[in-house]
Amino acid sequence: MFQNKASRWIIVSLTLVFSLLLAGLPSVANAEYGDVILNKYSDANDMAPVIYPHWFHRIRFQCKVCHSELGFKMKAGGNDVTMADIVDGQFCGMCHNGEIAWTTENCELCHSGKPGLKSGIIGTHKTLGPGIW
Amino acid sequence: MSNSVRSGTEKSSHLFLTLIVLVLSTAFIVDAAYAGSWLSIKGDGNHDRRNKTAMKFLQDPEDALSQLPPDTAGNQVDWVKAIEEGFIQPRSNLYDHTEVRMMDLDIIMPETSTMNYVMFPHQQHTAWLDCKNCHPVFFEAEVGVSPVNMGAILEGEFCGRCHGAVSFPLTECNRCHSIIKGTFTGQFGAQYPEGANPEDYAYVPE
Repeated sequence: MFQNKASRWIIVSLTLVFSLLLAGLPSVANAEYGDVILNKYSDANDMAPVIYPHWFHRIRFQCKVCHSELGFKMKAGGNDVTMADIVDGQFCGMCHNGEIAWTTENCELCHSGKPGLKSGIIGTHKTLGPGIW
Repeated sequence: MSNSVRSGTEKSSHLFLTLIVLVLSTAFIVDAAYAGSWLSIKGDGNHDRRNKTAMKFLQDPEDALSQLPPDTAGNQVDWVKAIEEGFIQPRSNLYDHTEVRMMDLDIIMPETSTMNYVMFPHQQHTAWLDCKNCHPVFFEAEVGVSPVNMGAILEGEFCGRCHGAVSFPLTECNRCHSIIKGTFTGQFGAQYPEGANPEDYAYVPE
């Protein structure tokens, strides 16, 4: 297959270099798959945008809890979530009330995004997300 | 030194080395593609690193997701396996009065152009979702009625409401297009178990 020592080692080194390059390619992912950025009101009210991680919540709750029992629409931007509603026990406030999960006093845990982030669902490992998001 | 004078042992040891390097490089590539790699909260480009509280308390995806059954796409977690095999036990309801509904019924969809037929399993979906999440808003609860098509799915309608957003992405064609044409000889549509009454599977609005 290989004519001489030199060409053999050139092929071996090339394979190694290529595999290192492939393995080290930076991923196009941004944030984690399914993360939702909520910035309808945050920036406008001098608060950092909210980053909602689906992955963290689905370990603890089935989708049906928020999307059926609590009534969150299954479309980013389809829910008009205000802080007043949350404090009043609606939306996130159904759980983030100090009984099921920590209270809304921990502002910075949700309002943790960089200023100016665009609302929507982001972060995919292989795709850049569906067109309408 | 030319090949002709080199000893057989030396030749085979070089071949052996070459093989080892090839195997290792392949393993490296496979590993990089399949083993999970998650961006940290600090480095995901969206969280604000100046937010010290968040940086201190928010969990990195890797801490949790690396403990779950691996997958090659999306969150790199096989969420169905995770719930079926008990790796996670996510709550199904907050309130006692909520009826938790599940159903085991496969639907085979034959209008797939040149692709293999689609098999939709209710069981894996109702392990996460309630009937009314999809019926009747995204899909009529009747076989063959909803104009499901790949273009609309890619635009985020029908299956694309979740697939491509939170559940495995639309790059995973064969996971849905899983019934090989020519090998399937049964009836299309709902695959009722033998002797079952289809009315028992009818959609009941709340």
